[in-house]
Amino acid sequence: MEHTSPEGTNYINYPKGLMSWIVTLDHKRIGMMYFFTVLFFFLIGGLFALGIRLELFEPGGQFMTADTYNRFFTYHGTIMVFLVIIPMIPAAMGNFILPLQLGAKDVAFPRLNLASYYIFLFGAIVAFATLFFGGVDTGWTFYTPYSTNTSSAAGMMLTAAFILGFSSIFTGLNFVATIHKLRAPGQTWMRLPLFCWALYATSIIQLLATPVLALTLMLVAIEKVSGVGIFDPALGGDPVLFQHFFWFYSHPAVYIMVLPALGVINEVVPVFARRPIFAYKAMAAALFGIALVAFIVWGHHMFTSGQTVLTNFVFSLITMFVAVPTGIKVFSWLATMYKGNIQFYAPMLYFFAFMFVFVIGGLTGVVLATLGADIHFHDTYYVVAHFHYVMVGGTLMAFMAAIHYWFPKFFGRMYSEAWAKISWLFIFIGFNLTFFPQFFLGFQGMPRRYYNYLPDYTFLNQLSTIGSFLVGLGFFIAAFYLGHALFRGKKAPDNPWRALTLEWQTSSPPPLENFRYEPVVTHGPYDYGPERG
Amino acid sequence: MSSAHANEHEHAHHFRDAEHQFQTNKQGMWLFLLQEVLFFAPLFVGYIIFKFIYFDSFHYASKQLDWVLGSVNTVILIVSSFTVARAISSAQRGNQTGVIENLVFTLICGLGFMAVKAIEYSHKIHDGLLPGPLFTNTAMLEVAPEAPLFFTFYFCMTGLHALHVVGGLVVFVWLIKRAKRGEFGPGYYTPLELTGLYWHFVDLVWIFLFPLLYLVG
Repeated sequence: MEHTSPEGTNYINYPKGLMSWIVTLDHKRIGMMYFFTVLFFFLIGGLFALGIRLELFEPGGQFMTADTYNRFFTYHGTIMVFLVIIPMIPAAMGNFILPLQLGAKDVAFPRLNLASYYIFLFGAIVAFATLFFGGVDTGWTFYTPYSTNTSSAAGMMLTAAFILGFSSIFTGLNFVATIHKLRAPGQTWMRLPLFCWALYATSIIQLLATPVLALTLMLVAIEKVSGVGIFDPALGGDPVLFQHFFWFYSHPAVYIMVLPALGVINEVVPVFARRPIFAYKAMAAALFGIALVAFIVWGHHMFTSGQTVLTNFVFSLITMFVAVPTGIKVFSWLATMYKGNIQFYAPMLYFFAFMFVFVIGGLTGVVLATLGADIHFHDTYYVVAHFHYVMVGGTLMAFMAAIHYWFPKFFGRMYSEAWAKISWLFIFIGFNLTFFPQFFLGFQGMPRRYYNYLPDYTFLNQLSTIGSFLVGLGFFIAAFYLGHALFRGKKAPDNPWRALTLEWQTSSPPPLENFRYEPVVTHGPYDYGPERG
Repeated sequence: MSSAHANEHEHAHHFRDAEHQFQTNKQGMWLFLLQEVLFFAPLFVGYIIFKFIYFDSFHYASKQLDWVLGSVNTVILIVSSFTVARAISSAQRGNQTGVIENLVFTLICGLGFMAVKAIEYSHKIHDGLLPGPLFTNTAMLEVAPEAPLFFTFYFCMTGLHALHVVGGLVVFVWLIKRAKRGEFGPGYYTPLELTGLYWHFVDLVWIFLFPLLYLVG
């Protein structure tokens, strides 16, 4: 294994050759492989979303049958959840940034890291292969007994999710060990950047929740193949048990999606406000508060599944507690900006977009946690709008912030700030136009996952469809100028944002082993002040 | 990562020294075992829930299991956990033959466990007690209509555990080969330590499975 790389080389051009990428153990290369793979899946998942919106432009069938529509929303959901949002920030961004922020040369287990990537790729191939075996029409939740009885390729998709789960588990395992064992001298726990804290909290969830899903999906697959009755009531099984197991993973999974996003925002705000983060310790603790509560609120997905009133009440109450650590974070970001010297670069603009939509998403979450309201809103577009506001509005906006923030570090180039602002405008306005009307649709009772609707809902659906194409256009512009910057962009300095975290103290792009000299940490990650500002 | 030989303090480039690497690998194994606990959890939870729902059937079906063979297997696994620990302490004291002997003994215990398991499974198959629609023992269905579900869980739980045992046996064969090349000693015994942790975990799962399935009527 190389111990030094020649002066002037970086991780992209040294070592050379396609083979050196395919079998690389370098966390930066693996991160980039994840990054481009995830972007490709994001494109496909996005196209499925546009297909859904086109179909819903008018009531009645437009250009697909009801069965095709079921497959469209299933693929949109499955791809976006398992192949895009879950690996998007931890596996792609985290892989690249985490060891750099710790001042380490690599993650704790580089081979396991590479294995995670190939397991991910293999799982994705199995997932897409279902398209050639009749497709899947269960929705991404695979509820039994439909998933065990449908003639579609649900069994294969379950297998894919099982495989993808282990990719996620191994990434989480790797990150926890990395954070514990590979911090640079002087990198104490209280000097850890909050992005690392966020990845830590995320990894714990990945490690503890994903195996439950994996085994549950295996049981569904066994039931589907051999006809034993674990979940199918017709065979003596219990379908609600499946829902408990499923949401025991899939609710924490929501926080696998959103915690890394909060971590990104934690990095962006102090840098572009030129202020130390407000209440660092509370911010770190809040991440773990969210992760902890995440494990004990799954029942709020099942208010209408026949739980007892007492169970519903308890789950409703605990769910409201999520708002406490989340509120700490939101108010801390505001306090961080107070009297700051705010710079309106693209990452900061995406922070504002994030803040706007995340707060709406969060508050409607409290509405949904309220028992009486949820009975009405359950399985309507209100829920669809809510989780898109949190997952797309929260995670995707943060992902865009992260792409722009770390783009100079990833590729050593600067993107076009002007084009970034134009694309931001399309994405932000388009997003709200797409999903805000869906709150009203849900309020008026339009059920989710239906291929047809009453004519009364037409106007709001058309607004939503127009919005979705604005978002698509925004991402198209982003792909264009970022792709251009990748090859033709201005050379980036090592630290264009004058940030204090360690990833900015090495060259852009970083060399093979990250730092030419072993870094020593002597100050906190956000010690911006008058003298450093 | 792992081509180090006894007493040589080789380590991968991103660790400070061999001890640092050892401690990190050990933590990695603990984290892996943590997720293993959660991996087994739905089966345990599902079993307990269905035992409450279909108490009489599960009680009856449980009595069909051979607690003598189960006890033999419990003893075999506990002994093998002891010998794998002895293999590690032999390596720490630089006793090469001790490492090999204890690993071989552990391997034999594991094979013995699987042999007993095979006897048990063949009895169940002979009696028509396979899970789900393969369940052909109509006499038992009359007394215990939900017995097929019990045997679904029985085969899933013991089967998943047996898969873990087989995985461990493969690793033991590999470890014996490396031990014969004299790769383990006081300076380097990471794979032994990690496999030992894993093996204790497999043992522990059985310690919970055995009373739950065989003993608690």
